[in-house]
Amino acid sequence: MATTTGGGTNTVITDASRGQRLRRLQALQILVLLAVTMTVFGIARPDTFLTVFNIRGIVQNTSIYAVLGVGMTFVIITGGIDLSIGSVLVFSGVVAAKTMDAMGGQGWGTALAGAAVACCCGLGWGLFNGFMIAKAKVPALVVTLGTLSAALGFAQIITKGLDLRSAPQVLVSKVGFGNVVWQIPTLSVIAAVVVVVGIVLLHRTRFGLYTYAVGSNAEAGRRVGLDVDLHLIKVYALAGLLAGFAGILNLAFFQSTTIGGQSNTPLNVIAGVAIGGTSLFGGVGSVFGTVVGLFIPIVLQNGFVQTNVQPFWQQVVVGAVLIAVVYVDQKRRTAAQRGKSPRFSFLKGRTR
Amino acid sequence: MTALLEARGLCKEYGQVQALAGADFEVRAGEVVALIGDNGAGKSTLVRALSGSEPPDSGTIRFNGEPVEISSPTVAQALGIETVFQDLALAPHLDPVQNMFLGREMMRPGVLGRLGFMDVTRMRERSRRAFDDLGATVGDLGGPVGSMSGGQRQGIAVARAAAWASKVIFLDEPTAALGVVQTAHVLDLIRRVSAGGIGVVFISHSMPHVMEVSDRIQVMRRGRRVATFRTSETTMEELVGAMTGAFQQEQGQQQGEA
Repeated sequence: MATTTGGGTNTVITDASRGQRLRRLQALQILVLLAVTMTVFGIARPDTFLTVFNIRGIVQNTSIYAVLGVGMTFVIITGGIDLSIGSVLVFSGVVAAKTMDAMGGQGWGTALAGAAVACCCGLGWGLFNGFMIAKAKVPALVVTLGTLSAALGFAQIITKGLDLRSAPQVLVSKVGFGNVVWQIPTLSVIAAVVVVVGIVLLHRTRFGLYTYAVGSNAEAGRRVGLDVDLHLIKVYALAGLLAGFAGILNLAFFQSTTIGGQSNTPLNVIAGVAIGGTSLFGGVGSVFGTVVGLFIPIVLQNGFVQTNVQPFWQQVVVGAVLIAVVYVDQKRRTAAQRGKSPRFSFLKGRTR
Repeated sequence: MTALLEARGLCKEYGQVQALAGADFEVRAGEVVALIGDNGAGKSTLVRALSGSEPPDSGTIRFNGEPVEISSPTVAQALGIETVFQDLALAPHLDPVQNMFLGREMMRPGVLGRLGFMDVTRMRERSRRAFDDLGATVGDLGGPVGSMSGGQRQGIAVARAAAWASKVIFLDEPTAALGVVQTAHVLDLIRRVSAGGIGVVFISHSMPHVMEVSDRIQVMRRGRRVATFRTSETTMEELVGAMTGAFQQEQGQQQGEA
């Protein structure tokens, strides 16, 4: 019996590699969709769309979402959801702005202190989310809906509802609008570093493996001795930390705490993650897919404006793409799992 | 010869239901013990109690003669006790190697390992050897387990347990979902594992399988052990009699039964 027998083994090889091929195919499909979209706009507006200036704008506009998307990808792979990232971003930006204001100065010292404060704020909210979800067993949807409201409320209390506009000069000119070299924005380079670290963390390390394992079958993880609760706390903490970091980038880019402007952020990021092939049912996903998924709405917005289509069409198209992609994911899952019905585990909470 | 793992008077209640009512159990090194009984007799609860996934309310467990408290699966693993549950407890999106090493990853040496990087090549080699050793037909080590057949998944789960268990393996209905060929395969696996000096405990409803592969048979009824037989000295009629209560061997423990 030590030698593998013919028939059965062969079937498995085809089955498994078909599954893998399909998964790669989906990431590729999204990339093709993005390329086709850009080509169409490029042909329609060759003079303005595919210019360095315009591409630079698109990349820059995607950067902050990309930072948020990395954290959201991890969360969704565990089968969870984080609706609070927009509010956490605002809260972190507000506290950082207050701190930098109090410190005074327009130099790097003040800016870095602000960044550290923003990251700590985000981390704090993330830890709170994670603790309530993993230990208190409150469903992620409810916890993060609560912190969405609470974090924004605190931000408004601190500012009395008025946006703060005080960011150190160096933060705005070097990070917000500066280029590292030529036309490559600093903001995007920072985001790219976060993305690359996220990719390595997810696909190459034990932390990433446990993230997939928790989303795939948390009970199986528990039985082999994984501290599933602790891992969930870490994942939500990571999402919070990145939202905090995005808070300082946001402040640098908009020179404002954008208190009223982030209500759609979590939904846009979740849409990007889902379009990028990360399954809302957990266990499957990639950071690379998320970045591609986040580009699509921004490219559409930009392209529609340039081709004189009402930009509101962007929302319609993104909605349709989102539903189509998740439909395909659903189909594939039912095919792969043979009869096991998929579930939205984040709606159920983690009671086991 | 003293028992490797021994339980005395285990009790476990779920609300009103008394799943274990003073159950005894023992398994020796290198022997195959079959655990049989009607539905609700407490077989699975006993296995969960001894594998740390649901510790008993009361009773004593001895390992190599020493009293132990198996309070979690991690404690059981540290003792060299592995369990294959009915639902197999595999992560369907992960591949066989990742499942094999889940929670026990081999890390890269030095700083990279400290940073969380795993030694994928070594884990893959070790898994390949473990599957080959047990004749588990795993075609693609890189494909998700969820897309594999029931028999293959069973093979992976048993191979994982066999690779890590140094003392005792529990198998909860390992043949329930399998076809004829795959069942023969799993029974063969059980023999191989016990030949290596490991105590194998398996729950089954299939009398022919029990008679074929076990050395000893323990019969459970209403949360207690009611009889123990040497497989070579018993008959199917005797086993069924013990399961249904027509035959009682351990009279002393039957008090208070309605």
